[in-house]
Amino acid sequence: MIDLPWDFTAIPRFFPGFYAAALLTLQITFFGILVGLVLGLVTGLMRLSKNPLFNTPAKAYIWVIRGTPLLLQLMIIYYGLIDLVSIDRMPAAIIGLGVHNGAYIAEIFRGAIQSVERGQREAALSLGMTESQAMRRIILPQAFKRSVPPLGNQFIIALKDSSLASAIAVRELLLRARQMGSSTLMMLEMLMIVGIYYLMMTTVLNLLMGRIEKRLEVSDYKD
Amino acid sequence: MIKIRGLNKWFGDLHVLKDIDMDVSPKEVVVVIGASGSGKSTLLRCLNFLEFAQKGNIYIDGVEANAKSKNLHTVRADVGMVFQHFNLFPHRTVMGNVIEGLTQVKRISSKEAVEQGEDLLKKVGLSDKADVYPAMLSGGQKQRVAIARALAMKPKIMLFDEPTSALDPELVGEVLQVMKTLALEGMTMMVVSHEMGFAREVGDRVVYMDEGSIIEEGPPSVIYSNPKNERTKAFLGQIL
Repeated sequence: MIDLPWDFTAIPRFFPGFYAAALLTLQITFFGILVGLVLGLVTGLMRLSKNPLFNTPAKAYIWVIRGTPLLLQLMIIYYGLIDLVSIDRMPAAIIGLGVHNGAYIAEIFRGAIQSVERGQREAALSLGMTESQAMRRIILPQAFKRSVPPLGNQFIIALKDSSLASAIAVRELLLRARQMGSSTLMMLEMLMIVGIYYLMMTTVLNLLMGRIEKRLEVSDYKD
Repeated sequence: MIKIRGLNKWFGDLHVLKDIDMDVSPKEVVVVIGASGSGKSTLLRCLNFLEFAQKGNIYIDGVEANAKSKNLHTVRADVGMVFQHFNLFPHRTVMGNVIEGLTQVKRISSKEAVEQGEDLLKKVGLSDKADVYPAMLSGGQKQRVAIARALAMKPKIMLFDEPTSALDPELVGEVLQVMKTLALEGMTMMVVSHEMGFAREVGDRVVYMDEGSIIEEGPPSVIYSNPKNERTKAFLGQIL
């Protein structure tokens, strides 16, 4: 038998030692998505506006954020802006992830809103509703439903991207693995532990989104 | 009830409505016919301000309205519209569709709105479908819900844009029946439709449009049996 240089029994032994780091990963992801959803909805609506006062900044934001790496964005916020305002690592990571996801979520919402048939708006207006009532009561509910599958996808990307916060010294899963790897000299084992953590979290997230999708199907089938 | 003067509408270079003059009196039922592209649907959509004419005037019940009107949504509430493709709100039940305008535009309490909604659904023969989502309905049922939804606003006039064109033939009758009842009750109606039976039975006037102009108009008996204009004759020859 070949003697492997790894000790896989270390995986269950060290596994619980990553709870705190996993919690940080979840926090960055959760609040980052929250910021991203708010930014995304506002930007998506601005992007659809015919008024250049609204759609130009929205287009510029999406263009810049989607055109540059998240890692760079995080570093600019943390190392770059620190001269201007003293910003902690965690808020920096959350803002960075949020601003980044906001651009993608804006495009998801925009696509979903545009996919709602023109007749829906017309029917709402013909009842005497205002444009904003039609948007709020008729178009957005349908658009939200259609954006659930792509949003689920984006949330999973956000969860995995939260590992980039390790570059600004947030002790989330990946940084914790590297630190533990150096101190125990069991790098692969520690990396595998966080791999399992990520896989567990994305799996739960997937199941969650699937259940939300199911629940939203009500108006398609219920009799 | 409706007065149209010198209405002109372009889509880009395409001149879709050319100097349309038209009056619709209270309780009158006007049926508009014409080939696709003749501008008949556009005319209807202009009357509900879903499209805006570049030139000309539209008066609804004596009040002029146009793209610049501030109270456009209240004007629209007085003009009921029924669409070819129903355009029901898929995320709302049948009752939810019918009372949406009542609760959101007229600001009636939902309890009161539901009471009115029940009467309306009874009128279109769908009392048993109140809690069903539109996806579960047949085309004819959908269109009847759409009619009830428009009627809920107690409009002064009802516009029907090819209300039966998207329906299977066996479902056309139930929708026309509801429309006939409405007409007999004295609703002012403007209907874009090629249903000649309907036009003959309850129509007061048939208007034939071609290439954006009104070519000929008159009582259904005259237009269908004795059209004077060659283009009207040719068109009727094709659809009859």
